[in-house]
Amino acid sequence: MKRSSDLTFRLGTGLFGLVLIFIVAAICFELTRQSMLSIHKFGFNFWRSQTWDPVSGEFGALPFIWGTLYSSILALVIAAPISLGIAVFISELSPAMLKQPLVFLTELLAAIPSIVYGLWGIFVLVPVVRSFEASAPAALRALPIFSGPPFGVGMLSAGLILAIMVTPFISSVAREVLKSVPLTQREGAYALGATRFEAIRAAILYARTGIIGAVMLGFGRALGETMAVTMVIGNNPRISTSLFAPQHTMSAVIANEFTEAADPLYLAALFEIGLVLFVITLAINGCSRLLIWSMARSASGSRAAATATPAEVAA
Amino acid sequence: MSRTSRRKLLSALFVGFCGLSVTLALAPLALILFYVISQGVRSLNLAFFTHMPAPVGETGGGMYNAIVGTLILTGLGSAFAVPIGIMSGVYMSEFAGSRMAAAIRFAADTLNGVPSIVIGVFVYGVAVLPFKQFSAFAGGLALGIMMIPIIARTTEELLLLVPGTMREGALALGATRSKAVFGVVLPAALPGIITGVVLALARIAGETAPLLFTAFNNAFFTTKLNQPIASLTVQIYAYANSAYDDWHRQAWAGALVLVSIVFMCSVFARIATRRLEAMRG
Repeated sequence: MKRSSDLTFRLGTGLFGLVLIFIVAAICFELTRQSMLSIHKFGFNFWRSQTWDPVSGEFGALPFIWGTLYSSILALVIAAPISLGIAVFISELSPAMLKQPLVFLTELLAAIPSIVYGLWGIFVLVPVVRSFEASAPAALRALPIFSGPPFGVGMLSAGLILAIMVTPFISSVAREVLKSVPLTQREGAYALGATRFEAIRAAILYARTGIIGAVMLGFGRALGETMAVTMVIGNNPRISTSLFAPQHTMSAVIANEFTEAADPLYLAALFEIGLVLFVITLAINGCSRLLIWSMARSASGSRAAATATPAEVAA
Repeated sequence: MSRTSRRKLLSALFVGFCGLSVTLALAPLALILFYVISQGVRSLNLAFFTHMPAPVGETGGGMYNAIVGTLILTGLGSAFAVPIGIMSGVYMSEFAGSRMAAAIRFAADTLNGVPSIVIGVFVYGVAVLPFKQFSAFAGGLALGIMMIPIIARTTEELLLLVPGTMREGALALGATRSKAVFGVVLPAALPGIITGVVLALARIAGETAPLLFTAFNNAFFTTKLNQPIASLTVQIYAYANSAYDDWHRQAWAGALVLVSIVFMCSVFARIATRRLEAMRG
């Protein structure tokens, strides 16, 4: 009797777990199914064409891929060094009594909803960026990445706001990774007469796999971020190298145009963008988790760093 | 400059850079909180909580319908996500070594990384298109899908923290496995699991993207689950994109309410976790 009750228990709870697996499978299936129309019609050209014209039924997603990659990479270029600096400061340099408050404050950044970032972006950040763009010297404006009229909304604003948003994610994972570096590494370096920088550099190099993983995790976040970017990037599907130019991203085009897409092909094209966003973030997150795992395994056999989200770390 | 002083200078520069990084990250936090509080307090009043939105041109009004909408949507999401999340957490911790547990864990981590807008697109496909109707139900489903992995993983981690002796004691007294888990282990971990649920709530209460084309928006008050429904976040989005100063003020007030809710949940969860950790020593 006890046996059968144990089996019921296992099956019962397992069934709920199965729902989780089912949801992931259903997302893959549904996104693919709904994109079929667009996949058949445009094939690979969908990802090479720059024309996005719902009126004539021409759909090419290159401008959105470009914008998503550009904004996310820009965000990482800004956020990665700063996040690493924060992680090092908190784990290695800060006085003990400052540690907890600093962790708490950086995690608060992760708790602020995306829409609030967007609101702040529109009314505070964008005007500042606009006046910066307007006051940029002509010599600078001659460069292709600073060309174009000063709109304020555009790639620069999007990159900045994304950088602020991903910083807590990268720094909290990088901090956990640094924590898993054996203390003997640093002690050894100090014993050989290393300066603080040299000792910490040794720890960073030791943890490099995990730190790359942390940065990739931030990349995954930046790729999928929607609301704040939509509100400040300008939503213009035109490829440009300029930081000042209004551009568009994959998530922003879905957020903006989904409810307007009355035509089945238009809807399928948007579904296909969603599908690709799903696949890309899946791959990036998978890689980053693998890197952090292998780092944590080799350092201490702990997998905590790989699975903790900033909210959990904060708690 | 000698080699030693050059090394010392480099080291000092590095320490300076790290300190600067912290300042650079905290400055936006301070600025955002400053604007949300200062702009929000100016526009926030009792009417914000008790009145319907005012038409264009009239000042005043509130977000009563959106606040109720957010409560309904998060309630629906929790009703859907809490049982699934906790039960799969129980499975993952009880049968930790099994292949099925690994698969569930993988699915949870995958789901956790899926951009919220993609969840919205998915739910539009399965719960809006077939009925040709935006609905509170679809919005709740989207939020629930986002909550499940958070609750599942927290439950798993916390159950593993409960001392094995408690379970063994229950089993030794002749309890079945389910009795041991639901009667002894789960109650011991309950405060922690509630904390996990609160954290998940804090995260989804601020979500906009998955609601844009599931729950959509509604200018009127409704509690019908098969109708489009307003939410604080989508309403803030609509107001922020409008051209009216009064609506901008409402958006800031909404942002203040939202940030307060999210922060209160985070602080509550933090304090609760600290207590748990202290109890366990």
